[in-house]
Amino acid sequence: MNLTQANIEEIARLARLELSEAEEEEFTRQLNRILGFMERLNRVDTTGVEPTAHVVPLFNVFRPDQTEPSLDPEAVLANAPERDGNFFKVPKVLED
Amino acid sequence: MSLADKTAHELRDLLLAKEIKAAEILEAVLRRIRAVESKIHAYLTLNEEQARDEAKRIDELLAKGESLPPLAGIPIAVKDNLSTAGIRTTCASKILENYIPPYDATVVELLKKNRLILCGKTNLDEFGMGSSTENSGWFVTRNPWDPEAVPGGSSGGAAAAVSAGGTILALGSDTGGSIRLPAAYCGVVGLKPTYGRVSRYGLIAYASSLDQIGPLTKDVTDCALLLQIIAGYDRRDSTSVNYPVPDYESEMKKSVRGLRIGLVREYLAEGLSEPVRAAVANAVAVFKELGAEVVEISLPYTEYALAAYYIIASAEASSNLARYDGVRYGHRAGKEVSDAVELMLKTRREGFGAEVKRRIMVGTYVLSAGYYDAYYLKAQQVRTLIREDFKRAFQKCDLILTPTAPNTAFKIGAKTDDPLEMYLTDIYAVTANLAGIPALSIPGGFDRGMPIGIQLLGPAFQEAILLRAAYGFEQATDFHRKRPNLKLTLGISH
Repeated sequence: MNLTQANIEEIARLARLELSEAEEEEFTRQLNRILGFMERLNRVDTTGVEPTAHVVPLFNVFRPDQTEPSLDPEAVLANAPERDGNFFKVPKVLED
Repeated sequence: MSLADKTAHELRDLLLAKEIKAAEILEAVLRRIRAVESKIHAYLTLNEEQARDEAKRIDELLAKGESLPPLAGIPIAVKDNLSTAGIRTTCASKILENYIPPYDATVVELLKKNRLILCGKTNLDEFGMGSSTENSGWFVTRNPWDPEAVPGGSSGGAAAAVSAGGTILALGSDTGGSIRLPAAYCGVVGLKPTYGRVSRYGLIAYASSLDQIGPLTKDVTDCALLLQIIAGYDRRDSTSVNYPVPDYESEMKKSVRGLRIGLVREYLAEGLSEPVRAAVANAVAVFKELGAEVVEISLPYTEYALAAYYIIASAEASSNLARYDGVRYGHRAGKEVSDAVELMLKTRREGFGAEVKRRIMVGTYVLSAGYYDAYYLKAQQVRTLIREDFKRAFQKCDLILTPTAPNTAFKIGAKTDDPLEMYLTDIYAVTANLAGIPALSIPGGFDRGMPIGIQLLGPAFQEAILLRAAYGFEQATDFHRKRPNLKLTLGISH
């Protein structure tokens, strides 16, 4: 696999990263090298090997269904870049 | 000798004997910070005022004859990816420049409950992504043993502060060596506990299946005492495990005699510098002298560990860091932005540094349609093989001895142009995170004045065995007593 600059643009779009022209060139070069290094995994025969997503054998961790106090809205909204009452404010998402 | 150079257990004894006050310890540490900080740059935020208030309260309680927890009154620094209520927490990222958490991480809550004194927040590679602390969004931390060298990363600020007497204790986090590498490079003790041993609640996530919080200290006793405080189940972290916590200090003092120590055949082959090889050989000799049995073991899948690690860590990072979108907290790009998607694109462009962008890109790619099986699934299967390597090894031995890193601390700038070269620094460290097992780095020698770290790996939840071996090693050696000569390295007197 050889990533082109167009591939890099597409990955950046998926990741919601705006890259400069220089960054695109640099990442094209570097990602090809990093992914090339990762391809050594192809030498390992993993037929029938279960993947490990998590090392701890825990399943379905539940807590009792009881209401508890949560964070104070004021404390949470104190970090908001822009707010409107108890809402986070953003530029419009949909066209008119 | 300044109080700032003493260990927590020495200071605890002096406090209990009423020979010193908590305020005197804190002032000695703050004086040291003032003396070295312009050269070392270990701290992002200092917490002087609150620390002074707390020290005063503790002295009042001690004067009244109240009994306090074992490490009450001891100054501690925490890595700036641990949430501290009311104190700025940036992860060394511009994207969190003004972020003030509304709550404490569980470990921070535990420190407060045990009356330790939080003296500040330490520097790191942005979001923990790096091996040198050069990827901080603010400034580069320097190694107290040689200010031209890196302190290691990503918990470089924590390790440098402990080493230079800028704190007595510290907490860091370790995703692929981020506690152990800086501990090795700065000549201090660093422990990555078993995954699930310490609550991650309030640790700002980098790679959730690998991240773990642990102590950085001047010796093994301090490490055991601090682990005692932070270990245990927390219902707010559903991956923390409800498994009994032993008394680490008494476990640590048990004899090393009869312990079976595994040496990894493959690790002593290539890429290891001669002084590090000699330090490992010396450690083996010390352990034999102490009555341990040394056996040869094999971890054949290690050569694939770094590749698997960077796929998994980058994949989890790309997902975890999707939350930084300029909407709810942290940096938001300027007001000329016309729609929400543009807001995210620009916010993330301005807020993230190069290494974070690089890992988000790698992570996004390996998770994307068509490549998931070839990279991410493959890496998870190799992760299983690495876990099985350790399972087999621990049938033949009680713990494994390796170098922490192939070399001593490298010079600032030496590896910044080549991300892959930087990644190779963590070659001996990442397997412990992939397998979820505990790993401890202790001072084990010097090369031309720079510290060398020895790593001990154990089965899951067997931190006590590592501490016991390390304590035995410490009793027989004096590497851990060496401190950087700050007058020589930084030109400061203290």
